[in-house]
Amino acid sequence: MLTIIILTAVLTLISFIADRKKTLKGIKKGIMMFLKILPTLLSVIILVSVVLYFVSDKFIIEYLGKDAGFGAYISAALIGSISIIPGFIAYPLAGILVKGGVGLSVIAVFITTLKMVGILTIPIEAKFFGLKTALIRNGLSFIGAIIVGTIMAIILYYI
Amino acid sequence: MKKQKKKYTFDFSIIAAFFVFVGLSFYYHYNPGISIFKDNFWLFLKEMIYALPVMFILVGLFDVWVSREKVQKHIGKASGVKGILLVMSLAFLQAGPLYAAFPVAYILWKKGTSPTNIFIYLAACSTAKIPMLAFEIGFLGIKFSILRIFITIPIFIVVGTIMGKYFEKNDYEVKEV
Repeated sequence: MLTIIILTAVLTLISFIADRKKTLKGIKKGIMMFLKILPTLLSVIILVSVVLYFVSDKFIIEYLGKDAGFGAYISAALIGSISIIPGFIAYPLAGILVKGGVGLSVIAVFITTLKMVGILTIPIEAKFFGLKTALIRNGLSFIGAIIVGTIMAIILYYI
Repeated sequence: MKKQKKKYTFDFSIIAAFFVFVGLSFYYHYNPGISIFKDNFWLFLKEMIYALPVMFILVGLFDVWVSREKVQKHIGKASGVKGILLVMSLAFLQAGPLYAAFPVAYILWKKGTSPTNIFIYLAACSTAKIPMLAFEIGFLGIKFSILRIFITIPIFIVVGTIMGKYFEKNDYEVKEV
């Protein structure tokens, strides 16, 4: 993340030296876009915070840890789809899950849906792409994630 | 303006209700309320504040500097495999959550990127961001990462292509928020 911030700062500086007016116009445009989406973002974050309070780490481990059957994949996909956990928390959590006996292919489903499917961020996505497109993209990605897990399970079984 | 206002009524009522709730929780030492604010909301807000303004500034700069012709030529409709590789590398270099990629998708669209490449970009964003890869390898091992990435890429190129075709067929467009 720091790299991106530094990169942006450097690029902005170069841009500023090259053309002041253009740079200011660009930055203004970017900030306006940000402010326009901010209310929706905040309300989504609030809803996520409240939902995640009820879906704790312990809850997640309980649902993925014990049986490694197909149900674990579905649970992993569902949990991954509704949670929005930043990577720096998700990976350590995934590490704990693996140590707790959860299969790597289940983890793959969890990580893939976590990043690719965002049920709670559909309001934001819909603002850009329209509701129908957002729903279809999330649905297809959900199926895609399950396929990833299945292929992974097959490969891991043979190597 | 009126329409604009109406658009945000729902969001603002949630925000207002939440802050009243948190305020009361702190006042009455209601632990679930404090925990929701401190352990969850604050964390997400921090992630958002780190990632988003920077992304939007990059998007704004990209808008004023990069011409439509250039984008169209490299990642437009006739860009083929090279275009796919290009949007994928763009995605891999990014950081932040998926919703940070939406404004980028908008600007790419505005500049003439093909719908298929936009959806491949979105998929790639969540597959293998280089800043996150170190984390993944650290906690889950290199075997897991490599397997996951190589299985995921072809599947999401398929998903991206289906989405792109669907988007194009219906003449949809990516809106500026």
